[in-house]
Amino acid sequence: MSMDIQVSSVGVEFSDTVALDGIDLSLAGDRIHGLLGRNGAGKSTLLSVMAGFRKPTAGEVFLDGMPVFENPNAMSQMCLIREVPDTLDASEKVSETLALTRRMRPSWDETLARDLLDRLDLDTGKKLGSLSRGKRAALGVVIGMATRAPVTMFDESYLGLDAPSRYVFYGAVLADFMERPRTFVISTHLIEEVASLFEEVTIIHRGRLLLQESADELTESGAEVVGPADIVDRFVADHTILASRSLGSTKAVTTTAPLDETWRRSAREGGLEVRPVPLQDLFIHLTGRGADDG
Amino acid sequence: MFDEDKPIYRQIAEGIERDILTGVLDADEKVMSTNEYAAFYRINPATVGKAFQQLVDRGVLYKRRGIGMFVDAGALELLRKEHRRRFPADIIGPLLAEARAIGLSVGEVIEEIERIAPKEIQ
Repeated sequence: MSMDIQVSSVGVEFSDTVALDGIDLSLAGDRIHGLLGRNGAGKSTLLSVMAGFRKPTAGEVFLDGMPVFENPNAMSQMCLIREVPDTLDASEKVSETLALTRRMRPSWDETLARDLLDRLDLDTGKKLGSLSRGKRAALGVVIGMATRAPVTMFDESYLGLDAPSRYVFYGAVLADFMERPRTFVISTHLIEEVASLFEEVTIIHRGRLLLQESADELTESGAEVVGPADIVDRFVADHTILASRSLGSTKAVTTTAPLDETWRRSAREGGLEVRPVPLQDLFIHLTGRGADDG
Repeated sequence: MFDEDKPIYRQIAEGIERDILTGVLDADEKVMSTNEYAAFYRINPATVGKAFQQLVDRGVLYKRRGIGMFVDAGALELLRKEHRRRFPADIIGPLLAEARAIGLSVGEVIEEIERIAPKEIQ
């Protein structure tokens, strides 16, 4: 079942700060969405509002047209895995946490859970309080994946996972998404290694929506042009320049020039190298210092 | 796995073109599925879909609903024509630029080509 999420004019204010400011956003169902933002951009707040965990100060979130807050029908369709586990009973065993989740979630897939427990090397006999940060994160991954909720959200779930475990996680998301298409929202600020999983990318910056675009188009909306400084300057004269660096007479400019074939060819014939900008770099340029002035 | 020079979907498309040009994929042969590609390269299936769609639009592949993607009967001819047209800019241009940089004349380049070229294309 395809589940769309509609975020409508959502604002969240804490006593002295504005965490989210008028976010309008539509996340299409049956896609893997990347939610990107720097630390403190509002990713976690947005996810907890989307999952119905938190009532926004303004606006509302709808799942397939249903308001999510305090709505069991909507919330049962969603699963948000946060970095800090929601149950913090340190004396509870991993196996007990899993058994409880299995009872609450009719869509639970025990085979998938067993497989991931094994691949992430998680001992179900251990108590939650004795788990390392990495193993706690692994438990979150197992619960998020095996719950198989139509909307599955991971909030920085890779934090603490070592590299092999992160790749188990990414592989599991992709494999399960292809087997049973559903909506994934994955928030991260370590973009490079997950970028290729995303179909859509949403970037929030300082509590506001900065952009939402298909990942492929976003990667192609920028180009790095490298070559002799005078030729580079001539080529990018009409385009927005995001970043620029020089080495002697060589200049590298990150621009929002389109990477279409004609442009690439004429640049190459002019002696320039033209490369797509990795999503991570684009993200850094768009949200880095100075990005607020534009 | 991918070089940083091109968007991933274009690299996938070029890989399939290369397979057709070199005879790895024959006319009417089935191409690996979207999901197989996505799992192998760990990329979103939509990215693979974009590569396939471009090849369908250009007449390189055709789709059989519910079965998969197949190599168009005219694909080899089409790709040979396209790649031949691009050969001077894509291959000879950079070759000559390098020859000039290291002080090789056109005659010397041709000599070198004839020396190392396999018999079947002499």
